[in-house]
Amino acid sequence: MTVEAAHPPPAVAAAEYDIRLIGLTKRFGDDVVAVDDISLDIDRGHFFALLGPSGCGKTTTLRMIGGFEEPTEGRIELGGVDVAPLPPYKRDVNTVFQSYALFPHLSIFENVAFGLRRRGVKGSQLRTRVIESLELVGLAGLEKRKPRQLSGGQQQRIALARALVNRPRVLLLDEPLGALDLKLRKEMQLELKRIQHEVGITFVHVTHDQEEAMTMADRIVIMNGGHIEQLGTPTELYESPRTAFVAGFLGVSNLLEGTAVAEDRVKLADGTEVRCPREVLGGRSGTVQIGVRPEKLRIGEGAGNTLSGTVTESAYIGVSTQYILDTPAGPVTVYMQNDRPGGQVATGERLTLSWSPESTFVVDTQEGTQ
Amino acid sequence: MGVFRLFHRHQGATPYLLLTPGLLWLGLFFLAPLGFLIYQSLESGSIVAGFGFHFSWQWSNYWDALKGYTGEFERSFEYAGLATIIALVVSYPVAYWIAFRGGRWKNLLLLFIVAPFFVTYLIRTLAWQTILADHGVVVRILIDLHLVAHGGRVLATGTAVIAGITYNFLPFMALPVYVSLEQIDQTLVEAAEDLYANKWLAFLRVTFPLSLPGVVAGTLLTFIPAAGDFINATLLGSPTSHMIGNVINSKFNGTIDYPSAAAMSFILMAVILGLVLLYARAVGTEKLTG
Repeated sequence: MTVEAAHPPPAVAAAEYDIRLIGLTKRFGDDVVAVDDISLDIDRGHFFALLGPSGCGKTTTLRMIGGFEEPTEGRIELGGVDVAPLPPYKRDVNTVFQSYALFPHLSIFENVAFGLRRRGVKGSQLRTRVIESLELVGLAGLEKRKPRQLSGGQQQRIALARALVNRPRVLLLDEPLGALDLKLRKEMQLELKRIQHEVGITFVHVTHDQEEAMTMADRIVIMNGGHIEQLGTPTELYESPRTAFVAGFLGVSNLLEGTAVAEDRVKLADGTEVRCPREVLGGRSGTVQIGVRPEKLRIGEGAGNTLSGTVTESAYIGVSTQYILDTPAGPVTVYMQNDRPGGQVATGERLTLSWSPESTFVVDTQEGTQ
Repeated sequence: MGVFRLFHRHQGATPYLLLTPGLLWLGLFFLAPLGFLIYQSLESGSIVAGFGFHFSWQWSNYWDALKGYTGEFERSFEYAGLATIIALVVSYPVAYWIAFRGGRWKNLLLLFIVAPFFVTYLIRTLAWQTILADHGVVVRILIDLHLVAHGGRVLATGTAVIAGITYNFLPFMALPVYVSLEQIDQTLVEAAEDLYANKWLAFLRVTFPLSLPGVVAGTLLTFIPAAGDFINATLLGSPTSHMIGNVINSKFNGTIDYPSAAAMSFILMAVILGLVLLYARAVGTEKLTG
């Protein structure tokens, strides 16, 4: 866990940016602001996820990069050139659509060849590239079929092949796995990651599924209400969420309100003092919210921070049991590994929890939406 | 196996019962008259000899019809073909606009297309007599634009007949084209543009091919009845612009020459069927079924 990484943007040389969004804004009508003054740098060759709840502006952002929505304000730089005024067909970007959007009247071969033909690729070169692309997604041999003769998962792969065959600077993926069942989705997540690694093209992936984003992306931007909440690697976002929204959106968090009493100390509502790294508190004073992930909590006294409470609910999950404790500082969720027999705790019992100061994070209360 | 099981499940008489009314209707009002038409077309006799038509394998009825009315046959297909093409060219952009830009006005705009149907065919065609009248506004403007010679006329020409047919059959073209355009997922057009096709190429390679079922349906619905039409040629044309429908009508209702009229009807039907088959083969049969 690196602490400076919690402050975007990451330190990368300007030449390495594939996509640069500068003050990008999209308004629909007079009062709907879908995307609100977003600035973002996406590094070359990264698997980048735009993550957020529906209506957060992630798809609109993607559609602006693709050229399907015109920005109200701001610039979209692709490799240093502003493409905001260009139509989609003049951008070195390809999209995998949520509905796949395969051309139903064309064969699989012609679907994949569509972009190449528009760029004047012909004959054996066209054929080779189409077949190569189909091999990449593991569907060589289906060239003569029509899209409707393929399963949903196969159509998804064809959509991917059709976009990748053009070797674009950036590949945009708009919830590409949304229509697949869970098992296939998991399979495709790994497959997509393998393909991205193989072709080395920058992927920008829009999803509302935090697990999907965590599994696949090198970098994640969490969006909410048209603006960026936080950008970072999956680990950074999970370990050091900077806002209550991020803490709640990625996994489960215990957020407790308190007052900063020293550079590395927060006093909770019940008077308990909690220590946290100095950099995490970042010189804040007054009311703050501290957070800790349920799996970082240990049952029993220990070094570092401690908190006691009464068990109000327990849920047996299998590998672990989830308990909700009522503490003077607020409700706290904790997971306990079921690694030995008879470890269950009954409702109404009192428990003491402990955790390391390093596992403590602090979120900005004013940005919280909860 | 699957088919067998399906059969098994529907072993009852239900499917046949459901088909019966339609089959009876077809048999009584289409197949039987068609058979009678063929029978009649091979009869001989004339009104002069009393109403004594009798069956005599009179194949000459067919040759006489073809020889004597070649011009009318040709005009039928020429006028119907031209009217179909013009109707397509006129209604495609309209249907396109309503389907993709109509928004909440879609239904109202469609109503406008169908609105002329609320007036009878005859009245609509008679109205065109007035529109194209010799001293009417349209003809005067055409003369001013030097599209019509001074003192020339539009009424009682082939042009008027084609205009009338085009107008009368326009909704038959516009509606199927609209329906097939309306069904096209706009993401497909975005996908085409994403794959470097400009607006025009995206239309040519994606939107137009996907609208072909509607275009095929529309052209058939226009061409087939138009080829047999005689109202437009009667009211807007002159004897030199008469179509085969006029001849059939006059033989049936005027000179009471049933065998010739029946032979002509049969030739018309056969030629239309042949043309439709050629057309279907050219555009691919799957376009016919969508």
